Amino acid sequence: MILALLIAIPIAFGVLAWYSDRINASLPRRLSFLAMAIDLGLIVLLWAGAVPQEGVWIAEFKVNWVPQLGISLHFAMDGLSLVFTALTAALGLASIVASWTEVKERPGFFHFNLLWALAGIMGTFLSMDLFVFYFFWELMLFPMYFMISVWGHRKRHYASVKFFIFTQAGGLLMLVSILALYFIHGSSTGDYSFDFTDLSRTELSPVVEVLLMLGFLAAFAVKLPILPLHTWLPDAHTEAPAAGSVILAGLLLKTGAYGFIRFMLPLFPGASSLFAPLALVLGAAAVIYGALLAFAQRDIKRLVAYTSVSHMGFVLIGIFAFNGLALNGALMLAVCHGFATGALFMVAGWLQERMDTREMRLMGGLWAAAPMMGAATLFFALASLGAPGLGNFVGEFLVLLGAFRAYEVVASFAATGLVLAAVYSLWIVQRVFHGPYERKAGIKDLNGRELSAMVVMAAIIIWLGVYPQPVLDQLGRMVLAEGNGQITAQSPEDDVFSDFRIEPGIKHPGLLEI
Amino acid sequence: MLELLWLIPALPFTGAVFLTFANPRMNPGWAAVAGVTSIGLSALLAIAIAVSFISSPPPGNAFTQTLWTWISSGWFRPEVAFRLDPLSLVMVLVVTIVGFLIHLYSAEYMSGDEGYRRFFLYMNIFVGSMLTLVLADNLLLLYFGWEGVGVASYLLIGFWYGVPYNGYAARKAFIITRAGDTAFIIGIILLATTLGTLDIQEVMSRASAHWAGRGLAVIAASLLLAGALGKSAQLPLQTWLPDAMAGPTPVSALLHAATMVTAGVYLIARTHVLFELAPPVMGLVAAIGAATLIISAFSALVQTDIKRVLAYSTISQIGYMFLALGVGAWPAAIFHFMTHAFFKALLFLGAGAIIVAFKHERDIFSMGGARSAMPLAFWTFLAGAASLSAIPFATAGFYSKDLILSGAWSSGGYILWVAGTTGAFLTALYAFRVVFIVFFGERKAALARKPGMMISIPLVILALFSLAAGFVETPAFLGGVSLFTGFLQPVFSGPTRDAEDLLPLFITALVPVAGVLAAYFIYLKRSALAGRLAGSPVAQALRRLWLGGWGFDRLYDVLFVRPFLWLADKGRADILDLPFAAIAHLSVVINRALAITQSGRLRSYAAGLTIGAVLALFAVFLS
Repeated sequence: MILALLIAIPIAFGVLAWYSDRINASLPRRLSFLAMAIDLGLIVLLWAGAVPQEGVWIAEFKVNWVPQLGISLHFAMDGLSLVFTALTAALGLASIVASWTEVKERPGFFHFNLLWALAGIMGTFLSMDLFVFYFFWELMLFPMYFMISVWGHRKRHYASVKFFIFTQAGGLLMLVSILALYFIHGSSTGDYSFDFTDLSRTELSPVVEVLLMLGFLAAFAVKLPILPLHTWLPDAHTEAPAAGSVILAGLLLKTGAYGFIRFMLPLFPGASSLFAPLALVLGAAAVIYGALLAFAQRDIKRLVAYTSVSHMGFVLIGIFAFNGLALNGALMLAVCHGFATGALFMVAGWLQERMDTREMRLMGGLWAAAPMMGAATLFFALASLGAPGLGNFVGEFLVLLGAFRAYEVVASFAATGLVLAAVYSLWIVQRVFHGPYERKAGIKDLNGRELSAMVVMAAIIIWLGVYPQPVLDQLGRMVLAEGNGQITAQSPEDDVFSDFRIEPGIKHPGLLEI
Repeated sequence: MLELLWLIPALPFTGAVFLTFANPRMNPGWAAVAGVTSIGLSALLAIAIAVSFISSPPPGNAFTQTLWTWISSGWFRPEVAFRLDPLSLVMVLVVTIVGFLIHLYSAEYMSGDEGYRRFFLYMNIFVGSMLTLVLADNLLLLYFGWEGVGVASYLLIGFWYGVPYNGYAARKAFIITRAGDTAFIIGIILLATTLGTLDIQEVMSRASAHWAGRGLAVIAASLLLAGALGKSAQLPLQTWLPDAMAGPTPVSALLHAATMVTAGVYLIARTHVLFELAPPVMGLVAAIGAATLIISAFSALVQTDIKRVLAYSTISQIGYMFLALGVGAWPAAIFHFMTHAFFKALLFLGAGAIIVAFKHERDIFSMGGARSAMPLAFWTFLAGAASLSAIPFATAGFYSKDLILSGAWSSGGYILWVAGTTGAFLTALYAFRVVFIVFFGERKAALARKPGMMISIPLVILALFSLAAGFVETPAFLGGVSLFTGFLQPVFSGPTRDAEDLLPLFITALVPVAGVLAAYFIYLKRSALAGRLAGSPVAQALRRLWLGGWGFDRLYDVLFVRPFLWLADKGRADILDLPFAAIAHLSVVINRALAITQSGRLRSYAAGLTIGAVLALFAVFLS
């Protein structure tokens, strides 16, 4: 029940927020904040174990929706979902703070879109029914499209249409695969069902498996993104309002990673392992390419956007190294990237709000006027370049460590991205905050609300950097479907993340073995 | 007592946390109090722990303290754990004591700077990281300290952020060392995946059990070496250090002389078993050390900026330490690290006092005659220069350099020995060049403020250390004291001291004196011969080469910086977007083409219909 609430609350509050701006223009953002705060509270309760565990799941919710077609509202939460829903609620709050004063036009409708996008993301992280999963996958898309195209910046129409076409094309291909899987499973067993557990038992010939995998791959590859399907990302991130950028970078990209782990690998283990070598190469390429292009940018939001491409390269490597350490690292990095990059987008948004430009050439020396903003940027830039003691380092290191044993060359190549990360991260600080202070009009430093957001996010990054165990333990509670459809839970104590590596053609990846 | 070990790095970090959240409008004096006392307490604690460690050594001569498990993921469980053994104890003592003296000095030196609080914040982060580095029980925690000092170094070099050059110097230092660090982290990963642990002692014992005579040891040692080269500014990654002088002078004293740059030396000494398994890498270490010490000594000889002289001198002196490491004279490297920390910190702090007195003039040829006006600065600087030059018998530098050179001699590396001895001559020459030009001759500028107590006390203490710290380890004919090597014996487990030939020792003692004499004739007496030699075109060309650090900067500019900038410039628009843009463009074109057909002219529609019908009929008939 609590899982349905997690999704229902933002949906209901979204509608409320839409109408509330007739009463008071500041009401929508307050309602949105309240909604995400309630969600976060519920998730904290789940995390703390206040709700008794239901079978293998931390929590589960299942009611029939369209029994004739085998569709049910089936939500389930394991450690993986828990971590990502927590991230959603936390960054949801951050995104509301990011655009606290930015949106002046139709704030009600804006926050409606914001909350519905978050609800879609929340649903994506919880759905265990593929039809419902697809529904939420699409649900996050439309509000996001509106946020960019209505409240975005100068090139918002181009960016929003590009974003829409890329993600929609990927989503439709996934829908084809889902339907095909549904019919193949149904015709062979007589049991027509969209439930993930049932579908994961489907026997597929290798060729069909590859074809179906490609549909899922298309959707997730666009979202993560995998090179060369990343080109929607810089435009969308740059043109979106600050809240949109935070959600895009912090959460939307993570749905791609989540999709790979939750659905694609368990459903199509053999085909996924065929794709793995290419994924690793593309991942390493993205690390380098993204870092190079990040450095090349003159627009601060575009720069940060390309750093996401680079970091997601590490995530991709971590997922497809088929190694527990690397997978843990990829997820850890996904979480920390959400906070670090999200925070950088928030700063970028505030800069734009104050200076009315994103051009870094027009900035410089701002430390003198806004030292707290400078310190925050410096901190998150350091997190982004992988300074040890901060969360991103734990993620990147585990990815490299896990990937190295089997793929020394790819891992070493990706490691050179660490040098480039230093180049672009320090470049932001230099270009914006250091150097001579030339602007005539000063800019305002962070106010109390903004500063508290930065301090909380910094504290989380430090916590994950020096004591990441609470998150790693949750990730250890991942529930994994094996090829025969048996669902099993891992306990944190199990040494499941010993070294393993799957060979092509084996029905289910080794990482699913207990 | 030993249980308090964790407090040694924790105290500076606590100070840093306080400085972060302190009210920006508070009296800046409190920032200094927080900075200086936190390091001072750390130093006192280190001394107390040292006394307890020496008076009743723990079993195995090492004490390990585990705080918590940092990451636990499957077999990979690195801990946040500190290890105190004779090697780390020496490092901790030097870092905290020299660190404290420099903090004290900074409290006066930096007073009035608008970033006063920020300065102590960064300095505290630095000291805390450095202490973590030397106390770390596993390589991952060591890497934490390693990167921490790198970050602090970046922040401190670029401390005066208003000047773009300072930012450039800071980024240069960070990025070049990061290149080495990346090799280092790959080395760490290699060790972890092949040996299954990152615990340093365990790594070394497993490596010697499984890796004897295998290539893996060579690869792993080379990767660690690359990290050490970056941090310790050795060939070919030395180019960042001279620019790092952009930071405030106490920073140069602490980071770029006494502590951080010797982290590479410490790393190799800490993992020396691994290097012993890889003789080719050992040879490489020695060769790099020898080459670095010579070429940077030449560069030091022609610099006109007093801080750049000292910067090149630091590179050169660390070259000596690498030379010692390369020939397996581990204690000698650590001994020279210690004496160097004292005399180089002293020289930098002295230089800082002089620079301030000359109204922030850093060119030695614009100074001159400072001896009578600043007697304290003169005598302490002289002590430092003498120790740096290894003037025999009375200076600490003599004993440590002698230990290195006798190690090189007895290892049979005569070329290395010749390089080291030549370097010793050059060292004395450039050190006393500065002394004679700055303190003698006629004064070229009026002096501003004179140093106060907080600047003077550290100078005096460091001067005493620079002279006397060598007596803990003396050659056989001077008493044969071997307190230092004896203390480190449990770590390095070699013979404490090789039997020595007297001939090389004799030469080692004479060469620095010759260097001082040469400096006297060239720079003070201005002998005509020297003037004519220096004026020749060859000498001028050499001078330009050495002044610019042998052209490494230009080489790297062509090899790395320009291609990178070119790529960035060409890639800015993201070529991978072109196919998608092309698709979008194509659909627009098709749209336009189709739109033309929708002209509204009945004739065209009728023609289209007819042609279509005819074609369809043809198709039917033909099929």
